[in-house]
Amino acid sequence: MRPYRSLILIIIIVILAIWINLPDNPGIHLGGYNKEISTRLGLDLVGGVQALLEADLPEGSPADTDLSEKMRTATIIVENRVNGLGVNEAVVQQAGDRRIVVELPGVEDPEEAIAIIQETGLLEFVEMGTSPVPEGAIVQTDYAVGSSAEGAPVPTAEVTGESPPVSDGQVLHTVMTGEVLKTVEVQTDQAGQYIIAFTLTPEGSRTFGDFTTQNVGNILGIVLDKQVISTPRVESAITEGEGIITGSFTADSANALAVQLRYGSLPIPLKVVESRTIGPSLGQDSLQKSLIALGIGFTIVILFMALYYRLPGILADIAIIIYALITFALFRYIPVTLTLAGIAGLMLSTGSALDANILIFERLKEELRNGRTMRQAVDISWKRAWPSIRDSNIATLITCAILFWFGSSFGATIVKGFSVTLALGVMVSLFTAILVTRTLLSLILSYLEIDNYARWFGL
Amino acid sequence: MFNILRRRYLFFGISLLIILPGLLIAVFKGLGLSVDFTGGTLVEMQFESGDPPQPAAVIEVYTRLGVTDVQVQTTGQNTLVARSTFLDDATRKEVLEALESEFDQAITVLRFESVGPIIGREVAIRAAIAIAVAALVVVLYITLAFRGIPHASRYGICAILAMIHDVAIVVSLAAIGSLFWGWQVNALFLTALLTVIGFSVQDKIVVFDRIRENTTVYRRLPFETLVNHSIVQTLQRSINTQLMTVEFMLLALALFGGITLREFAVVLLVGLFSGTYSSIFIAAPVLVVWENREWRNWFGGKNSTQAPA
Repeated sequence: MRPYRSLILIIIIVILAIWINLPDNPGIHLGGYNKEISTRLGLDLVGGVQALLEADLPEGSPADTDLSEKMRTATIIVENRVNGLGVNEAVVQQAGDRRIVVELPGVEDPEEAIAIIQETGLLEFVEMGTSPVPEGAIVQTDYAVGSSAEGAPVPTAEVTGESPPVSDGQVLHTVMTGEVLKTVEVQTDQAGQYIIAFTLTPEGSRTFGDFTTQNVGNILGIVLDKQVISTPRVESAITEGEGIITGSFTADSANALAVQLRYGSLPIPLKVVESRTIGPSLGQDSLQKSLIALGIGFTIVILFMALYYRLPGILADIAIIIYALITFALFRYIPVTLTLAGIAGLMLSTGSALDANILIFERLKEELRNGRTMRQAVDISWKRAWPSIRDSNIATLITCAILFWFGSSFGATIVKGFSVTLALGVMVSLFTAILVTRTLLSLILSYLEIDNYARWFGL
Repeated sequence: MFNILRRRYLFFGISLLIILPGLLIAVFKGLGLSVDFTGGTLVEMQFESGDPPQPAAVIEVYTRLGVTDVQVQTTGQNTLVARSTFLDDATRKEVLEALESEFDQAITVLRFESVGPIIGREVAIRAAIAIAVAALVVVLYITLAFRGIPHASRYGICAILAMIHDVAIVVSLAAIGSLFWGWQVNALFLTALLTVIGFSVQDKIVVFDRIRENTTVYRRLPFETLVNHSIVQTLQRSINTQLMTVEFMLLALALFGGITLREFAVVLLVGLFSGTYSSIFIAAPVLVVWENREWRNWFGGKNSTQAPA
């Protein structure tokens, strides 16, 4: 019998959903397939930083030609840097042609995090002859970022506000860049100063060895994003491919530099065009209150359905609870990040799940009043209500698809979150309204001999 | 049986009465657009003593640092919200340090939103494009879904007209809210608007579906009677879905949700109510107006609200 098959399917799905929803779900580990399962909360609920970075090149400049390739590389580097910061559940996504969205939940110090991500991180070893350029000065070198020949940007200078001394238009020769670094590590020297120890690739060792052999007694300046960070004198030839960078580092700034060096320099400069920080207390307040509100709303709705529609109402309540279980499980599995906008989408799809049930039950009552038998009425009401459920939900799904496209091509994460949760919810609600409510109703009708429809169905 | 359609011009008038004042405010006073759309920086700060200083004193500190166009408000939670032109991270740090030393207490930043001026405008334009494209596709879909009955495209267009009505109601509410309660049209408002649009179209289709079904059953009935009949048949469903379920949830959100959600919930409450209202009192009546070509009588002095059979 069909209803029994459906019932078994429903039970399997519900058990699966409950398992996924277990708070301490261990995740799925099958052979090579590994999947962690957890609830992801958006920045507006847990607090954190969101930033929109944009390629800092004038539109239509020559560097635009292979922009998409560079943006892809930049996105990967930004992602690596973010991972290097040790932020949990961070999001780094390219949005459109020239932007990258970065979300860092729970980050305490937004300015520093964004600075580490955004700075180009171009390390150069620069020949300075015998006279060192003062630390902190901005210099010009003959190594240009990417294909833009006319000098590289000087992001740090703008950020600090005070302009450091600029060397007098002299262009210094770059011996090698950070690309030749193999490993980078933060250490402390005997005096307790933070230093950055590095080893070089074979190619780098050769260049470094050659240079130091020929320039004993000269200065090899270390320059980050065109700003001099230290000016060590070459004491002797270094051929073993190791070295250290000293400078007036704090633990944090040494770590930040190490992160930047480890993951390479950005192929294009990025600037922050939008940033949002939400304090953790505000986020938690919103989360708690909206959960309480949803709980209260949900309870009232469930009571209303049971009281107004009686037996089918109770079945619809079961269907709605199953709907909630499945949707939440999908959110955890995919995973979908829950934001306030997402909760709104969820609420709307709960509304359409209820609407599907209400449409069917109103139709059922109508058919029963017209004197049809229970079996006929159930069949007809489902058949007649289906086109309106189908068309209205398809229209919603179309809207979702367009909003999703808009949200993701633009980095408007609110709109994207809303459309994803709404679309998922609508699909699950179609499933529960059609399969779950109907299966339960036919099973009950085949078991119970209901002689008083009026009372059971609230006619 | 109720005759809802007979008073259709009364309902159109009621809607206009609600929409017009809000739109007038929007045109003359602006909408209270947040930094999401205008670009700029918003900082919500909490002062350690729990007693925020006077807004004027805060503005003074901002101005001293060369930041222009500063507005400061106290919120219900004893926090201050300061809006200004776009601040980069460095300037923001400077401002906060200056404020801390000026008022001699620690400041916690609860919220910081900074949007470049170009981004804000782009978001607004893109959102409008997305909504327009969505509306167009929905018209096409409805035309396709209703192709079995005469004038299928009218259903799509009427659904969109009613949707525009709902958008106008929500915008009007936002304008009234910004004038009287200092509401801000922000990204969350955009979400609410999208929700209203989604729900509105969905609701129109349910009512239209009944007209579609009845068209094939009662071929002889005048269109006006048929539409009225369809509205009455779906009325119970409209009331239950709308008032009893969706509005309960939103009311809970408005009453118990956090302060950030209250405005959002109120906008949704009104917008979704409008979504159901306009299915019955705008979308279906406009179909009838179109069928009867009533605009021919609008300026001819003839009473166009003839009673149906």
